[in-house]
Amino acid sequence: MSSAVLGQDTRAVGRGRPGVRLNLTPGSTLGLGVAMLWFSLLVLIPLAAIVATAGKDGVHGYVEVLENPQTWAAIKLTVGQSALVTLLNVVMGTLIAWVLVRDRFWGRGLLDVLIDIPFAMPTIVTGLVLLGLYGPQSPLGVNVANQRASVTLALAFVTLPFIVRTVQPVLAELDADVEEAAASLGARRLTILRRLVLPSLVPAITAGAALSFARAISEYGSLVLISGNLPYKTQVVSVRVSSFIEGGDQTSAAALATIMLAVALFVIVMLDIIQRRVARRG
Amino acid sequence: MTHRHRIIALTAAAVVVPAVLAGCGSSSGSSSGKVSVVGFSVLKTANTPVIADFQKTSAGKGVTFSQSYGASGDQSRAVIGGLPTDEVHLSLQPDVDNIVKAGLVDSTWDQTPTKGMLTDSEVVFVVRKGNPLGIRGWDDLTKSGVKLVTPNPASSGGAKWDLLAAWAHGEGTSGGDPQGQAFVTKMLGNAVALPDSASDALASFLAGNGNVLLAYESDAIAARAAGDDIDYVVPDDTLLIQNPVALTKDASTAAKDFLKFQLSTAGQADYARSGFRPVIEGTSVDVPGANDPSNAYPAVPTQYTIDKTFGGWDKANAYFDDSTGAIAKILSGLHVGG
Repeated sequence: MSSAVLGQDTRAVGRGRPGVRLNLTPGSTLGLGVAMLWFSLLVLIPLAAIVATAGKDGVHGYVEVLENPQTWAAIKLTVGQSALVTLLNVVMGTLIAWVLVRDRFWGRGLLDVLIDIPFAMPTIVTGLVLLGLYGPQSPLGVNVANQRASVTLALAFVTLPFIVRTVQPVLAELDADVEEAAASLGARRLTILRRLVLPSLVPAITAGAALSFARAISEYGSLVLISGNLPYKTQVVSVRVSSFIEGGDQTSAAALATIMLAVALFVIVMLDIIQRRVARRG
Repeated sequence: MTHRHRIIALTAAAVVVPAVLAGCGSSSGSSSGKVSVVGFSVLKTANTPVIADFQKTSAGKGVTFSQSYGASGDQSRAVIGGLPTDEVHLSLQPDVDNIVKAGLVDSTWDQTPTKGMLTDSEVVFVVRKGNPLGIRGWDDLTKSGVKLVTPNPASSGGAKWDLLAAWAHGEGTSGGDPQGQAFVTKMLGNAVALPDSASDALASFLAGNGNVLLAYESDAIAARAAGDDIDYVVPDDTLLIQNPVALTKDASTAAKDFLKFQLSTAGQADYARSGFRPVIEGTSVDVPGANDPSNAYPAVPTQYTIDKTFGGWDKANAYFDDSTGAIAKILSGLHVGG
């Protein structure tokens, strides 16, 4: 009840001071405060704790972690596979979103619901299902267990919904009239797609790509069964982190986690820059 | 509004009634008490009959239990991190030692008739039904055609048992580290998967991965009892797995009674039926899932133990040290399948 009253209050004050943008109203000050407090408790403080633990041994801790060839191989594998899967999602996710929004076919509603399954399924269940379907006893005759491809497969599965779900609403909001006008002015289908549709989808695609990449580099449960955790071949970073924790080496675990945070941050910023560039050109 | 009131009333009733009932329950018991148990994963099913039988005794009447099960190392860290518990029953001693270091368990915890151990098992080979490869002993694991699955000791404390057993075999013949190292290196050359935990390794094997799995005898028996289509082989020389138990410093009286029951013939018989070797003499039960249910736990001719063979866990753990450990080095030099 109190929040509703506050909400009305905010709007009343807001209406009374039109044009004022930088000075926060009491209502929005409260909102900002609550948001920051919540974000700090859930995200900023734990992140700070990880970085602080990692910093216990100074730069030396990071160097030691990166010098371990097994860890280095895991980082290369994880980042490489995550990037590959994200690229794959950019194409397949956009395609699926397109099909779901633009095409009318039998079972569309069902497909629309099922897209979220990879989100909802406990990752260890995903791992078991993937191992059953694409392991040594595969009914489809496809066995990728303990191979690099198993990592690609598991990551592709768990990150599938991200780009579909970010692109879908944007595509649905796109005005079909503009495309029709372009067509009637003689623009070819491909030109319309390239000049009209894709530029407006870029922010959604990059946002989905960032989510997809971030999820992929931290994945554990879904690939732990099918990948076999083979050093240098299929062992991902999160398994290395858990090894450090099991070995009682919290500092190395935190250092490796911090490195992965930096990688994620770098990729998210890069995606944002790409998106701004494309948006400016469009 | 009346509708809303009814919902509130129902909600209130739903909250209050069980609370009242719970209150009655705890006050009516003759020796009411609470025991919270923190154990490693496999105990989840093994503890059920033990607790049920304890509650049938006079000491256990009315005692309520709260239980938490998970990977041994995770459980140990959870207790150190503040998970309240009366009893910890873990896969390997170092996980209890860490709790002792945190000051939650008395350092004399292992000065008991069973040296602090509650359940035993052996490192065994789980093979496909009918043992098509004819695996009998450790040396068979280095043959070509063997596809070995064993949990990774880097992420699974329990997996240390498996590789220490292999090391002991390698060393056993002539003694000295080079033989142990040579054998483990050769054996791991046949590894096709190193899952992160013993339970994941079993799941992976059951899904068709590999043809030999290094596992605990207790896990193999439990899986067979549950209907999984596998066989297991106890080699003539293998390592005794010993799972420690300890009470925390402020353990309840009920917890002390429970531990006494766990170590009694009746308690050990319950664990034996679930696949664990008893830590005391004089327990004979039929064990469903065992190779020979009426003689489930034949003595191992050459029995390695952590204390006798390796000189204790401090020395055994050194094999897994990330930068200097001999087994850790083998694992980090392992380029399985190129």
